[in-house]
Amino acid sequence: MAKNTKKAEEPVRKNGLFEYAPAPESPAAAGDIATSYGHFIGGEFVDSSGSEALKTVNPATEQVLAEFAQGTEEDVDRAVAAARKAFTDWSALPGSERAKYLFRIARIIQERSRELAVLESIDNGKPIRETRDVDLPLVAAHFFYYAGWADKLDFAGYGSNPRPLGVAGQVIPWNFPLLMLAWKIAPALATGNTVVLKPAETTPLTALRFAEICRQAGLPKGVVNIVTGDGRTGAALTSHPDVNKVAFTGSTPVGRAIAKQLAGTRKKLSLELGGKAANIVFDDAPIDQAVEGIVNGIFFNQGHVCCAGSRLLVQESVQDEVLDALKRRMDSLRVGDPLDKNTDIGAINSAAQLARITELTAAGEAEGAERWSPACELPGAGFWFRPTLFTGVSQAHRIAREEIFGPVLSVLTFRTPTEAVEKANNTPYGLSAGVWTEKGSRILWMANQLKAGVVWANTFNKFDPTSPFGGYKESGYGREGGRHGLEAYLDV
Amino acid sequence: MTTYQTLPAELRPLLPSPEDPARVTHEVPETHGGAEAREAWSRAGPASGPGRRTGRGLGPVSKAGRKGLALADDYARRYAGLVTMSTVAAQASSAAGGGLSDVASSEASLRRFLHGLPGVDAVGLEARAATLGTRSIKTTAKAYAIDLAISMIDLTTLEGADTVGKVRALCTKGRNPDPTDPTTPRVAAICVYPDMVATAKAALNGTGIQVASVATAFPAGRASLPVKLADTADAVAAGADEIDMVIDRGAFLSGHYLSVFEEITAVKEACKRPDGTAAHLKVIFETGELQTYDNVRRASWLAMLAGADFIKTSTGKVAVNATPPVTLLMLEAVRDFKEQTGVQVGVKPAGGIKTTKDAMKYLVMVNETLGDDWLSPHWFRFGASSLLNDLLMQRQKLTTGRYSGPDYVTVD
Amino acid sequence: MSETSTRLDVLKTYKLYVGGKFPRSESGRVYEVTDSKGQWLANAPLGTRKDTRDAVLAARAAVKGWSGTTAYNRGQVLYRVAEMLQGRREQFAAEVAVSENIGAKKAAALVDAAIDRWVWYAGWTDKVAQIAGNGNPVAGPFFNLSVPEPTGVVGIVAPQAGYGHSFLGLVSVIAPAVATGNTVVVAAAADAPLPALSLGEVLATSDLPGGVVNIISGRTADIAPTLASHQDVNAVDLTGAIAADGPGAAAELEASAADTLKRVVRPEVDPFAQDWTVAPGTDRLLSFLETKTVWHPIGI
Repeated sequence: MAKNTKKAEEPVRKNGLFEYAPAPESPAAAGDIATSYGHFIGGEFVDSSGSEALKTVNPATEQVLAEFAQGTEEDVDRAVAAARKAFTDWSALPGSERAKYLFRIARIIQERSRELAVLESIDNGKPIRETRDVDLPLVAAHFFYYAGWADKLDFAGYGSNPRPLGVAGQVIPWNFPLLMLAWKIAPALATGNTVVLKPAETTPLTALRFAEICRQAGLPKGVVNIVTGDGRTGAALTSHPDVNKVAFTGSTPVGRAIAKQLAGTRKKLSLELGGKAANIVFDDAPIDQAVEGIVNGIFFNQGHVCCAGSRLLVQESVQDEVLDALKRRMDSLRVGDPLDKNTDIGAINSAAQLARITELTAAGEAEGAERWSPACELPGAGFWFRPTLFTGVSQAHRIAREEIFGPVLSVLTFRTPTEAVEKANNTPYGLSAGVWTEKGSRILWMANQLKAGVVWANTFNKFDPTSPFGGYKESGYGREGGRHGLEAYLDV
Repeated sequence: MTTYQTLPAELRPLLPSPEDPARVTHEVPETHGGAEAREAWSRAGPASGPGRRTGRGLGPVSKAGRKGLALADDYARRYAGLVTMSTVAAQASSAAGGGLSDVASSEASLRRFLHGLPGVDAVGLEARAATLGTRSIKTTAKAYAIDLAISMIDLTTLEGADTVGKVRALCTKGRNPDPTDPTTPRVAAICVYPDMVATAKAALNGTGIQVASVATAFPAGRASLPVKLADTADAVAAGADEIDMVIDRGAFLSGHYLSVFEEITAVKEACKRPDGTAAHLKVIFETGELQTYDNVRRASWLAMLAGADFIKTSTGKVAVNATPPVTLLMLEAVRDFKEQTGVQVGVKPAGGIKTTKDAMKYLVMVNETLGDDWLSPHWFRFGASSLLNDLLMQRQKLTTGRYSGPDYVTVD
Repeated sequence: MSETSTRLDVLKTYKLYVGGKFPRSESGRVYEVTDSKGQWLANAPLGTRKDTRDAVLAARAAVKGWSGTTAYNRGQVLYRVAEMLQGRREQFAAEVAVSENIGAKKAAALVDAAIDRWVWYAGWTDKVAQIAGNGNPVAGPFFNLSVPEPTGVVGIVAPQAGYGHSFLGLVSVIAPAVATGNTVVVAAAADAPLPALSLGEVLATSDLPGGVVNIISGRTADIAPTLASHQDVNAVDLTGAIAADGPGAAAELEASAADTLKRVVRPEVDPFAQDWTVAPGTDRLLSFLETKTVWHPIGI
């Protein structure tokens, strides 16, 4: 499994596999990364009012990529003021004109997608194969989709001439930095809002690069503002009195705190939070594709996915067959350099996240679950975690209840469809679920029963700008994507 | 339909007699361990006994068994009633491959078995094949893969206009694909029509390159069984090392699985030589005509149960030939068949594979689905003609650092 | 209640409506309901936190059946409520008149509007999925459908003041939630609970399964916080949470609801000014729905 450690003369067959030579994407394709960054406010890159700087590192090497500003309350104030000022004209602009700005942005993202994909991979640790083939295409598609809505809001089912809310304060996570930015900014701008967005403190670079794209697109100053920093900056933004709308994607505890913070205000809130999705495999499933779906469900993006299929519920009659096939498949996963085009699993985003994954998997072992990982070598520097499988897991185990947000799959079994539904729904979360069976009527029955905002039947982890995404219960409220995604940014 | 009774006397030995309890047998050299594996299965049932690795393929297998029958238990449950070894079934000897001997005991049981195989989700299969197609094969890996691909080619000419001269030229090309570089590997086989087998055999004498012959009224297969068997026997007699037969797609699509099964076993018999050895049998499904992936999986199991040494996608004569998803599905089928029976079967995509990039994708699929076990000409072949020159041009590029052109490889 | 009656009226003992039954408060306590001049009208049960929890249990138990019934059937049940109300129009008009201190004609008009509101929502049950659902043309070989589903158990703080609050306002918050398949626990208008408690009697005879609507009278400061903090309540409608401060204040309830990330409908900026006679849009109908999106590959 190890890559990039091999000299050219070494045999190309190793461990029973034909070993691919390193196929690294050039880090230089990411473009110039400055040594330090300020904020993007009112169309300009500006210094922070404070002096505190944070560092963003490449999680695959632990090398510092850049310093960036810890946004102060004053910085947030300035950004909200800039957005407020821009709101008057932006919201008054004909929808057809707003649309063209968004189309421009979509096109520039497509033009610069290689650069953005490489930069995202470097800053986040996710494999270039995913940023190139998943993140960036979806980012561009999201802007393209909402661009088209900007002058068609009368037909969206929210009454005639639905009004924007004003200034949107948006806080996004580190797992899909640019995609989450797109999910937040595209609908907000299409509906006539202006935004202040805070990227995550471990992945600010693509958001700052997006600011350049806004300038290239000629977007009016102040329509998009980017303020960097950690949770303190985020709290300053979500609690700012002149913010009309708060959109947050991240952990359930933080989402809960924001909901409390906003109680009694008139701010509109949408939350996309954690999950502990069940991926349910029946004995009549298309097994090979189910195994792919299980792998894609939990190892996509190192498992840093809120809708990850982190609980495999497999029918007891095919448990051994599925697990054998799954292990065989996991043996072929390639863990390593995120910039290598053949890497399947990249680096864990941060030391803190690695510590959390390590802690929870240790708890899984301590509670008696059986742990298995393929024998892959991990690079020396950086934050890494082997794809991991836990069998003998019960509903009471922490690894079956808590969101691990890493490449760790808990395997549980069931005997009947009813039992599968009970176990799948037995969680405070309700973001997503997977069902694998060749029987159509059972798929529809399961889809009805599952308390989850997205149900993937015979597939998993599929996303599309036209398809609403969001959770039940403690996975949050509001939907992103599709016609439904407009509602969060309209005064309806 | 042809029966034993209606068969001309000289061909009767090629068809199993209906009186013979072991009416369908096939040869697997004892060194391959196939007989023991099947016997162990028959004796003890699927759940016991160490798995034995064996294979058919196109060459010797000597590796120790890995998992063998490990999955047999699951399958036994899944196909309860079909694979449970009854006394009767055990007595039925080693009819079909790998111990599933009673599966083909009747049309009904064969049908139940084939329709009990896990379904195939088309979108998921195609997505997996496409993802594997994004692997980036560079530098040393590329050099290795190019040479491997060349060595796996069944260099093919199957035209009505084929002549002795054309076939000889192709054989020369196969022996020495790049006259400017003697380190270039040879191809695996030359694939021709039966009447050209003798020519090819003579031209390849002493090279180790196999002569493969299509047979059984290739490509449509629309002839009576005696004609198909005669076609096969003729090619074998002329020296063919390998027979590429076509299945009766009409019978398959009509659900007459047993008819297809028996035809394969009959052709397998016809592959036998007087000295007791046999030409290896590749079974062509014409997947473009089978239409669905479920059908491809069923055809794969059907052919493997009937004793195919290789399963092959296409004739190259219809609109849709080998595709990555179809090939991936067949790779999964041979993997599962080996897991269950211990018998290794080869795979040959054919038709439409024209570029080095295509070939790389197929090798990646083999690598990540089956691993090292199948990464050899014994177990994986490309049925192709124009692919070779593209591989040679890419090879020259790696050697010289310059991009080559069609004038720098031979056109045969 | 007429002074000129030669016959002594039979007074009604008002009771809670929980799980399809009419229990007294588990506390055994009642409170006096008076008209605007302070004249005694009736004793209403003083619903407690425990009564509220019992009601949540009943509402939860009813979710599966009610959300699983066909939309057509739900529509018929809601229409049946209107039919039953029509027959008791005068009783409700009288209760509304004394509860809100308005004339008989206005009260009757409010009751008529409330009956019509049930009819409006009865017609919505099998249409809401068609305006809130979507077929989504995703860029790939997938069938993709978004459908609205009921959120589950909704805690409702019914309007506590304002014109028409005691019945038309009450119906306007209950009907949309149950039309879409939710079950509800309602904190009735504390000072004017009689129409709400009588509504329970109508619902019980309208084929509405027990537990779908549960009505509690009493102090909202007891009932509303119990609903807002209850972990098995999925959403709260704080329309009537108007107290400026204290445990029943909207902000407090919303903060409490945030603990389990309940969906929250906030009160209007000026709840007293809310005009319940205005034709409702779809806002409330769409407030307690979850959008579920189902993907499936398309292939042969």
